[in-house]
Amino acid sequence: MTDRSDHATASGGSELTRAKVRSALLFLAPMLVVLFLVAGWPLIRTIWFSFTDASLTNIGEYNFIGFDNFYNSEWGGLLSDPDWWRAVWNTLRFAVISVSIETVLGLIVALALNVQFPGRGWVRAAILIPWAIPTIVSAKMWSWMLHDQFGMLNDLGMRLGMLAEPVAWTASPDTAMMAVIMVDVWKTTPFMALLILAGLQMLPSDCYEAARVDGIHPVRVFFRVTLPLVYPALMVAVIFRALDALRIFDLIYVLTSNSKDTMTMSVYARQQLVDFQDVGYGSAASTMLFLIIAGLTIAYITLGKVKLGGDVR
Amino acid sequence: MKSWSLPARIGFPFLLLAIALFAVFPFYYAIVSSLKAPTELFTVSYAPSLNFSNYASVFAEQPFGRNILNSVVVAVVVVALSLGLGVTAAFALGRVQFRGRAALLLTILGVSMFPQVAVLSGMFELIRALGIYNSLPGLVLANLILTLPFTVWVLTTFMRELPKELEEAAYVDGATPLIVVRRVFLPIMGPALVTTGLLAFIAAWNEFLFALTFTLSNEMRTVPVAIALITGGSQYELPWGNIMAASVIVTVPLIVLVLIFQRKIVSGLTAGAVKG
Repeated sequence: MTDRSDHATASGGSELTRAKVRSALLFLAPMLVVLFLVAGWPLIRTIWFSFTDASLTNIGEYNFIGFDNFYNSEWGGLLSDPDWWRAVWNTLRFAVISVSIETVLGLIVALALNVQFPGRGWVRAAILIPWAIPTIVSAKMWSWMLHDQFGMLNDLGMRLGMLAEPVAWTASPDTAMMAVIMVDVWKTTPFMALLILAGLQMLPSDCYEAARVDGIHPVRVFFRVTLPLVYPALMVAVIFRALDALRIFDLIYVLTSNSKDTMTMSVYARQQLVDFQDVGYGSAASTMLFLIIAGLTIAYITLGKVKLGGDVR
Repeated sequence: MKSWSLPARIGFPFLLLAIALFAVFPFYYAIVSSLKAPTELFTVSYAPSLNFSNYASVFAEQPFGRNILNSVVVAVVVVALSLGLGVTAAFALGRVQFRGRAALLLTILGVSMFPQVAVLSGMFELIRALGIYNSLPGLVLANLILTLPFTVWVLTTFMRELPKELEEAAYVDGATPLIVVRRVFLPIMGPALVTTGLLAFIAAWNEFLFALTFTLSNEMRTVPVAIALITGGSQYELPWGNIMAASVIVTVPLIVLVLIFQRKIVSGLTAGAVKG
């Protein structure tokens, strides 16, 4: 860690440095206590509940049942529930497809907004609108547009001759996931685009000058210069989006409710926990979700060699 | 743009138009739908007819005013708590060198990426034990998991951008760290606090899973839950006009805020994420 206060620490630690460290710990304490109360403790309890048969009606009384919620020879448990594996598959499918589309579209939008043109502020303001709209509201707006009888999308599609008959976008198993992905892409591409744009605006302009003088084709410049340079910013944006996509709940809950075709891990866990009142089993699903996300994150950061700003200037 | 080929120059405005249209159209269509008379809803049209009956019936058919108040109270309290706890913590993490700081920062970042479901049953038990189930304090407590780590992280990145000389003079004059935070940093942190506070406000305002799970009665619901659970007379036909009106009511203030603070929001988002 190269820090400008390093030499102070290195020179044995003056009275001031020690006073600063002491008060720093004091400053941190309230935040850490609250963070432990709202995050650490509930997480520990959830993991603990996953080894019990607790139920929502009386959460205080339960028995320790070991790994039975995960696997047992009587009723199978989570790991032999096809619905759970379907939820895992749905979540991964949703995350991979939506984040891929968002990355490509986000790059296109960011590249377009990186060009100087009159009215750029207006276009940037316009793409902030989907980001600002609450997820529930965008889910409802799109449910209405995708409505099987009165929706404008079916109306438009039939008028343009692209649809032969109205499609039940959110109800039909063939299109439900597509509809969810479409809404998610609409809602979160702006976030992606803004993050990539911030990365693009930090790039040095001299390599572009050089490329332009040498008459290199713009597409080649993009793949040889822009993409490698913006890659770190892009990867961080992708991680943030992917983690968001893996825990998705509200959009799917509102758009397609508890339908098996789109049910993700979060929706599955909440259904077990709240609708079926099975805190033990639901917690087992929550714990699995937590482990899967933690595992994927660690794998991704290690493999992608992405630095997530652990160092302080 | 000047060096572009002819097709690129012609195509570019169309690309921009498509981007803007795709971004704005769904919300425009929601506004149009919200302004239709209930009978007009079932024919598709793209011009509003300025009928405000849906807006009246949203407030008449459920305690929507109360829901808005709930959302405002929860979000404001959550933002105040997060900023209050976050500023001093960010000072410690951004300006003071101590062992374990990097690990602590990574933990905080990790918590901000937590799946909410992973704490759902533990949080339920905690809220029940504290006797704040189906109440606003319960929602405030639960929402802190979303806003607190995020606030600390963004404020820390802001803090460490500030020049070292700022505090040195104060220390030389014999100021304690607490005085330095209050007299030196707080006055110049204004813009950062506004940005972070606004982002935290939006996160709390939009929160759905906790609000859905930890409230029971209509009167305690926040806006997203209220909108998600609007139902009509029959089980099969939802009152789409009301839903669209409610959606527009809760979204317009957000969009106005976001457009006013456009530049700050973009810088806050990047401070929160891009640190490659």
